[in-house]
Amino acid sequence: MHIFEGFLPSPWWQLWFVFSIPIIFFGMYRLNKLVSEKRELLPLLAVAGAFIFVLSSLKMPSVTGSSSHPTGTGMAAILFGPAVTAVLSTIVLLYQAIFIAHGGLTTLGANVASMGIIGPVFAYVIYKAGMKANINFYVVVFLATAFADWATYVVTATQLALAFPAEVGGVAASLKAFLLIFATTQVPLAIMEGALTALIFKYVIQVKSDALVELKVITESALNKIKGAGQ
Amino acid sequence: MKGEIIFGVIAVLFVASFMYGLAANPDSEFGGADGQAGDAIAEINSDYVPWTEDSWINSIKFEPPGGETESLLFGLQAAFGALVIGYFFGYYKGKGQSN
Repeated sequence: MHIFEGFLPSPWWQLWFVFSIPIIFFGMYRLNKLVSEKRELLPLLAVAGAFIFVLSSLKMPSVTGSSSHPTGTGMAAILFGPAVTAVLSTIVLLYQAIFIAHGGLTTLGANVASMGIIGPVFAYVIYKAGMKANINFYVVVFLATAFADWATYVVTATQLALAFPAEVGGVAASLKAFLLIFATTQVPLAIMEGALTALIFKYVIQVKSDALVELKVITESALNKIKGAGQ
Repeated sequence: MKGEIIFGVIAVLFVASFMYGLAANPDSEFGGADGQAGDAIAEINSDYVPWTEDSWINSIKFEPPGGETESLLFGLQAAFGALVIGYFFGYYKGKGQSN
């Protein structure tokens, strides 16, 4: 659930653009490099982008009595890094802002920051740390992508709290109110997204495991271990 | 099969939590969390009007006339994504078998 059009006053909407635009450009540079140097990985890039398309279109009911949607960004973040994920998310957010009146053009900078950048950075960091700690690959994917999903909405709540501090209690009171709406609703969805992404990675390993090694997502020996375990 | 079973169990738990949510919030229509955030903003600052209300920005966007058109566009988004995922997984799988 993205921030509506016009729901971030000055200077917040501009600030979030200032934050997001350099990273989007860096992502485009990385994407260009990837496309020209590793053409055979384009289908996997398309799959990661399409995964964001599918998951961010599914508005799911939550235990809190409201609905929200997963982000799907964790998969792209693990495979291609947060910067490339920012570009993919921008495409999805533009589509939703222009054609479905979901999110907005003036709030695009803020929405890319939460869904396309900060959430994916969480996925990336958790994934790398988890793999280094030698935790089971699928558990790491689950944790990384579930937390990326959840972190996205914690950021959204923070963005709104900064822009709309409560008269009594200021930013902290607002943050509590927005977290109650976004963060709690998102918990079951984030778990669902983590589980689905872990399952998708099982299929990626089945059909295109060499790409994971090439992208340095996983080492050859770790891959052999997973394959040997025979999921 | 292990992966699918674990996913299936989590999916069932998700549906169960939704069922619980239905029982715990009998009057809820399960509206969007973004809409609730809009209400919360109105509570914090009742004078706030989105500053883009009369902006030209709205003229370059398509506003679905209602829920039906909106659900069509969300459906198309999901269908397009699923098509791409299925196509390339099939492509990789077929390629792997022919080698």
